[in-house]
Amino acid sequence: MANASDRPDAGIPPAEVPDLALPHPHSWWAKYVFSQDAKYIAIQYACTATAIGLVALVLSWLMRLQLGFPGIFDFITPEAYYQYITMHGMIMVIYLLTALFLGGFGNYLIPLMVGARDMVFPFVNMLSYWVYLLAVLVLVASFFAPGGPTGAGWTLYPPQAILSGTPGGQGAGIILMLVSLILFIIGFTMGGLNYVVTVLQARTRGMTLMRMPLTVWGIFIATVMALLAFPALFVACVMMLFDRLLGTSFFMPALVEMGQQLSYGGGSPIVFQHLFWFFGHPEVYIVALPAFGIVSDLISVHARKNIFGYRMMVWALVIIGALSFIVWAHHMYVSGMHPYFGFFFATTTLIIAVPTAIKVYNWVLTLWRADIHLTLPMLFALAFIVTFVNGGLTGLFLGNVVVDVPLSDTMFVVAHFHMVMGVAPILVIFGAIYHWYPKVTGRMLNVGLGHIHFWVTFVGAYAIFFPMHYVGLVGVPRRYPEIEATFITTPIAGLNAFISVAALTVGAAQILFLFNLFWSLRNGREAGPNPWRACSLEWQTPETPPKHGNWGKELPVVYRWAYDYSVPGAPEDFIAQNDPGPRVERDGPP
Amino acid sequence: MIMAWVLVLVVLGSVIFHLVSPWWWTPIASNWGYIDDTLVITFWITGIVFAAIVLFMAYCVYRFRHQSGRTAEYDPENKRLEIWLSVVTSLGVAAMLAPGLIVWKQFVTVPDDATQVEVVGQQWFWSYRLPGEDGRLGSSGVEWISSDNPLGVNPHDRFGADDVIVEGGNLRLPIGKPVKVVLRSVDVLHDFYVPEFRAKMDMVPGMVTYFWFTPTRTGDFEVLCAELCGTGHAFMRSYVQVQEQADYDAWLADQATFASLQQGQPVRVAKQP
Ligand code: HEM
Ligand SMILES: [Cu+2]
Ligand SMILES: [Cu+2]
Repeated sequence: MANASDRPDAGIPPAEVPDLALPHPHSWWAKYVFSQDAKYIAIQYACTATAIGLVALVLSWLMRLQLGFPGIFDFITPEAYYQYITMHGMIMVIYLLTALFLGGFGNYLIPLMVGARDMVFPFVNMLSYWVYLLAVLVLVASFFAPGGPTGAGWTLYPPQAILSGTPGGQGAGIILMLVSLILFIIGFTMGGLNYVVTVLQARTRGMTLMRMPLTVWGIFIATVMALLAFPALFVACVMMLFDRLLGTSFFMPALVEMGQQLSYGGGSPIVFQHLFWFFGHPEVYIVALPAFGIVSDLISVHARKNIFGYRMMVWALVIIGALSFIVWAHHMYVSGMHPYFGFFFATTTLIIAVPTAIKVYNWVLTLWRADIHLTLPMLFALAFIVTFVNGGLTGLFLGNVVVDVPLSDTMFVVAHFHMVMGVAPILVIFGAIYHWYPKVTGRMLNVGLGHIHFWVTFVGAYAIFFPMHYVGLVGVPRRYPEIEATFITTPIAGLNAFISVAALTVGAAQILFLFNLFWSLRNGREAGPNPWRACSLEWQTPETPPKHGNWGKELPVVYRWAYDYSVPGAPEDFIAQNDPGPRVERDGPP
Repeated sequence: MIMAWVLVLVVLGSVIFHLVSPWWWTPIASNWGYIDDTLVITFWITGIVFAAIVLFMAYCVYRFRHQSGRTAEYDPENKRLEIWLSVVTSLGVAAMLAPGLIVWKQFVTVPDDATQVEVVGQQWFWSYRLPGEDGRLGSSGVEWISSDNPLGVNPHDRFGADDVIVEGGNLRLPIGKPVKVVLRSVDVLHDFYVPEFRAKMDMVPGMVTYFWFTPTRTGDFEVLCAELCGTGHAFMRSYVQVQEQADYDAWLADQATFASLQQGQPVRVAKQP
């Protein structure tokens, strides 16, 4: 039988949804400030997130100066130290990583990778950015409020968060923090709905779900999770704001502060912790899943090999996303909740390790018999695997309830989460920037500067956070601006000073990276449309950088998955997704 | 190329640091050696996995790095390998979880013969309360807190009258006797943490939390706070002094009871409900 499926566009449905009518900007303002183009919004998100991220970086230097060289810097009082850790932690997790992965990479890559002209709701998308910017400004304002920003720790646990023993607790600090978070969630929700609807509704012809690059899958699942998780934080913030401003007692039991009976009564601090971590644990994966997706694509492109076990990778993302909603209380093993919860949450937590491990196996198996180009994105991807595996494995200590008892609230925890959700995703962000910068600007980043940046950052970050586990194993609690105690039999001052020097060095390397970003805008080598010879759609745009509307007259049509690298018999070592070329018989997704 | 060597060095460096660096946990002084054992098992399993994965990567980077003429293999899926790896991973995880849950069961099951001791946290010091001769702690609540009843012991509860109160001092415990540590806070969250005992638990205002342990070594062990409680958090210290029974008894006989602290006010005997 003459096979109909030999025709290249067999199985490609006709367009069901008419091409989007894009809003075209008419004034300078609409083009360069209140832009509704997702690519432009992405850059606005990325620049804002980087700017506020630099504040968090500087705060980490101050903290490390205090920990490495205690007693030398008089201006770092305990109050100031607590303000630094709180703002550092909150900015890094929410305002930098979440905003950069979803608002930055999500906006830039989703429409291009699924073959859409833009996000489905461009106006709401624009609003999302401006509300985010407002949230950042409110956060910055708290640095200048009387009494300074809140020092309640990024977890903001009541009752202390709103009482006078904590910096900013009775001042404006905590109020501004809560308002800023509420704004952030509103802004994120507007963007998040957009990403989800765009992935579901605006894919071009032939782009089935199982042909999407893993980057889109990672960002998509993370966004769905964020839309489900942030509401818990939202209500927690609103209720705490009421407790602080209106005298309600959602989280406040009857208590005596400094000998004074307060008028609170009847609330429960533990309920706040449940709400916070119901958001907070998925948040870890909201940051991790986009990184998982992106790193899969970086490895595949630069190893010239299809990602190993694509379908398993997609399902692992879905399963991790779902399971991460039933593990939250592993942050609360010693919180005083009923101890029997420990059995349940330890079990669910360790089960998550299995799909996570599968992802790691598939990354390294992709390297097997590959053609590994050690480009900067590939180096960062490899470094990601090292730090992620390291941090993931120490998670098995903390998830296994009884092992967590001695380690919880020590520097071991700080080392663990920095490895797994600090360093690892940031390495992916760097890799992704080296990878996509040519598409965004049309020029390559400088490779020499990039190598210095890579080596200092990778080796330096490992040197900061690997030894830090042992500081925690000795027993040093977290959130201690200085530690002197009789249980420390081997002095740790030298180790702490070493860690601090490493931290300052890594910090300096980031300045070099920023310089590279600006310098290469003008002076970078011309990149051409597809410098990495990659399959996915964003590299196949008619112009580089892509213009408003992305695809010129006609939307692309997709004939294959995003991973046809080194197909035997093909003329080149990649076949673009929109290349009708040879049909490839394979055991795997279409 | 360099990357392959750096990956090998990362593994070697980590293993050597682990084995020879002097930083390790402080010598244990309680019955929770099992926790240490579970931790060591976890170190072994995770250490082997870490080394295996990173060394495998190093080999791939070395062996399959780009050279002219190299092409990658086309190999989308391999069901058998994927299933096999999932099963092995599940077994490894189970090997850590099982001992963990067994020890947790012990951790949350307080022996019947444990004596109760109460620890009360407030910004930023510790207080303690021991049951008197009746062996029971009286009830308590923040509504009774006043300058001569700093811990809020219920003055109407007859079990409270003989309770021994140690405000802002050290806690003493006899060696070898299981204790149930009952934890309370009058203001914000705190966490009673003695590194040598391996155990810790948050103290939550409005709630009573607990854990248990048996001191196995005499000496003075420093108490730290492990839950952020405001600016004095790092400086909230005290000692648990573990003593031989005779020394402990002698000390206990000298302590003031709640009733004597009430400056002669008669303690009314509560009606039993
Ligand atoms: C070179 C980079 C970094 C250094 C040197 C650094 C250093 C530190 C230090 C010293 C602390 C306080 C530890 C304590 O006393 O409890 C801390 C806390 C924290 N960091 Fe980082 N950090 C870095 C990057 C990051 C990144 C990328 C993230 C993103 C996830 C992050 C998230 C946090 C969080 C959530 C806390 C906890 C804050 C709290 O206890 O409330 N950090 N960091
Ligand atoms: Cu978690
Ligand atoms: Cu504290």
